[in-house]
Amino acid sequence: MPGNRLGTSLKAVFATLGSFIAGNALAAEAGHPVPMQIGFQEAVTPIAAYIHWFHDDLILPIIVAICLFVAGLLLFCVFRFNDRANPTPSKMTHHTGLEVAWTILPVLVLVIIAIPSFRLLTQQLVIPKADITIKATGKQWYWSYDYPKDQNGGFEFDSVLKADSDLQPGDIHLLSVDNEVVVPVNKVVRMQVTGADVIHSWVVQSLGSRIDAVPGRLNETWFKAEREGVFYGQCSKLCGKDHAYMPIAVRVVSEPAYAAWLQDAKKKYASTGGTSYADASSTKALTR
Amino acid sequence: MPNAASIETAEHSHPHGWRRYMYSTNHKDIGTLYLIFAITAGCIGGMMSIFIRLQLLNPSWHFMGHLAQAIGEADSSNMVDMGKNLYNVQITAHGLIMIFFMVMPALIGGFGNWFVPIMIGAPDMAFPRLNNISFWLLPASFLLLLISLNVEGAPGMKGFGGGWVMYPPLSSNVGHPGPAMDFLILSLHLAGASSILGAINFITTIFNMRAPGMTIHKMPLFAWSVLVTAFLLVLSLPVLAGAITMLLTDRNFGTSFFDPSFGGDPLLFQHLFWFFGHPEVYILILPAFGIISHIISTFSRKPVFGYLGMAYAMVAIGVVGFVVWAHHMYTVGMSLDTQRYFVFATMVIAVPTGVKVFSWIATMWGGSIAFRTPMLWAVGFVFLFTVGGVTGVVLANAGVDRALHETYYVVAHFHYVLSLGAVFALFAGFYYWFPKMSGYLYNEKLGNLQFWVMFVGVNLTFFPQHFLGLAGMPRRYVDYPDAYSFWNQVSSIGALISGAGVVIFLYVIYEAFKLKRVAGDNPWGVGATTLEWTLPSPPPFHQFETLPRITGSDH
Repeated sequence: MPGNRLGTSLKAVFATLGSFIAGNALAAEAGHPVPMQIGFQEAVTPIAAYIHWFHDDLILPIIVAICLFVAGLLLFCVFRFNDRANPTPSKMTHHTGLEVAWTILPVLVLVIIAIPSFRLLTQQLVIPKADITIKATGKQWYWSYDYPKDQNGGFEFDSVLKADSDLQPGDIHLLSVDNEVVVPVNKVVRMQVTGADVIHSWVVQSLGSRIDAVPGRLNETWFKAEREGVFYGQCSKLCGKDHAYMPIAVRVVSEPAYAAWLQDAKKKYASTGGTSYADASSTKALTR
Repeated sequence: MPNAASIETAEHSHPHGWRRYMYSTNHKDIGTLYLIFAITAGCIGGMMSIFIRLQLLNPSWHFMGHLAQAIGEADSSNMVDMGKNLYNVQITAHGLIMIFFMVMPALIGGFGNWFVPIMIGAPDMAFPRLNNISFWLLPASFLLLLISLNVEGAPGMKGFGGGWVMYPPLSSNVGHPGPAMDFLILSLHLAGASSILGAINFITTIFNMRAPGMTIHKMPLFAWSVLVTAFLLVLSLPVLAGAITMLLTDRNFGTSFFDPSFGGDPLLFQHLFWFFGHPEVYILILPAFGIISHIISTFSRKPVFGYLGMAYAMVAIGVVGFVVWAHHMYTVGMSLDTQRYFVFATMVIAVPTGVKVFSWIATMWGGSIAFRTPMLWAVGFVFLFTVGGVTGVVLANAGVDRALHETYYVVAHFHYVLSLGAVFALFAGFYYWFPKMSGYLYNEKLGNLQFWVMFVGVNLTFFPQHFLGLAGMPRRYVDYPDAYSFWNQVSSIGALISGAGVVIFLYVIYEAFKLKRVAGDNPWGVGATTLEWTLPSPPPFHQFETLPRITGSDH
């Protein structure tokens, strides 16, 4: 990715600030938030890395510069043009050159932002040929994951927040779940996402993925995790009382480990296979 | 400028006591009613925001549960669940109250009613009786909202907790089968009718009742801003009314506009809602733009820089504001081309907004600036609105919105433009026009104190929320992983400081009415050039019985 000097130095300032107030250096290895974090969670997919570059190295320096510029002009006015320093006001009310300049220059800045922005958007939405497809269904208030039969799956399981009493060392309060989604590293995973009752949203920041789980709609997103580990996200569309209690946990493992997990999972979740697809009509029956 | 002072005549005698306000057809009395209503509703909505921040003071914390117990909604066995519901209900009500019952009544109903007729040299609004019903629909609407808080929403729980956006199916029978949502829909219908009637009144008044010589291109910018706002209201609110009516029939009469199992589409509601909702945010901020222009010009003792550019920038923002709505929906699964269009259109809005910010600075440039309290708020507005504006440019990019959508970054963004933008303009306008409306001067030291307390408080509240959002904390969360606790605590402390600022504000009003320092016609000096400063303070019950004649140019 191309960087620019201002962005790099600004990033260095933030990194120093971050490690100074503790914890931010940790964020680079995490996949979950850390105390006092002021930036994104670690990027483990090309899309997430592109988002980080776009925000941290391109648009953040621009907007900080704009804010400092405006603040500088205001402070200059405060000190130079207060009624003590400048008792006689000027009568200037028009300056065509200035007015044209502050119309054209923002347009140019926006063009600079827009070009990589559109490229990023295209990469996010044009899904490459998928190695694995998994279906996630948001429900009040947990997620169900379905691994299709033709990819050596054929089972579905629920992924529910771990109660505080069940937390093991290494688990994270409000993020760890009983059954994680398991995917292989360096493979293109296509997530198909829908909602069973109300709208939910499937989000894992480290993977650069976010897509709403809308009843009656099968949405798609994709990611290709380039590192093993557990990456967390949280439901991101208000879905009722326990909205804050239905996290998402994705465990990225090596390919052999994934194959082994599939075998185990087939046995473990055999009894639950294919029972609870989003079935809007049953929801209707309940409410009428 | 003509001497436009007029005297009250016997045939225009007016009723006293409660009849004066209940039956009022006087734009200034109705404006006062709107302001009192807005301050009251603002205190209620502000109290809710304090409750919200207290809930978020610590992770695994049950403030809302205890609150639910205290108000008798829960007992010790179900207080955790009731607390979660109460939290959702409060964030919903906080949003709706601040938008529909605080900012809109204050900026448009309050200041608009008070000063648009005076600024254009008109004796009153075009439809005085319509003006009366516009106001009195609002308390009824607010009452319905308060009833909604106290009837069943989600099964076994009180109130509607689905956010101010009210997305179905959470707002349909699937999520909230109880009548709370129905009351909310009726409340919004009344508030919408009130605003539409008010907007028709403003458009008619501004088009037909300008004093001789007050051409549209000589009209003060606040009148311009209210004119643009009125058009946005007339064009957008009927769409909201349609959407919530469809929701009402889905809920009660067996239709299925938004029910996918019968061929409906939940996303249809989102499109309709945001077709209203996005212009709505400009409805909140455009009158603020107008107020800020007057204040900066007055205290810089210079005419507004680039008057025509300022006026048409507002028109441009209003027009483009109608075609960007789906940037609130980047994550619902829209096609690539659709998202590209909305990214492009949204970024365009930055251009007229930039024109406004730079023109305000150019108005100050070379001026002789008196930093009275209204000017402090106005300068604070320009900077904080810029901060909120540039984060808006960030969020306009669908690519990076993928990481920030529905996080605290969004909360920080819209509170910077609305809570620190529109609300700062409200305080600016209040301090600016309080001497004119009441006839009394406020205490300058206390006004300054309130500004600095609020400035520190709101920045402490909302700036750390950018960090929380970047770190991935979703909004509308009653509880959060421990890692987010530090910035949440900072934010909560900031909210308490802002709350103290509001208390100071209420004291400022009390103190001014108690000490009755006479303001005089124009306490601000030669910079204040609009017509209201040619009238006594407070203005006579009926002004301009002989119409003023506008000559020359103000800009």
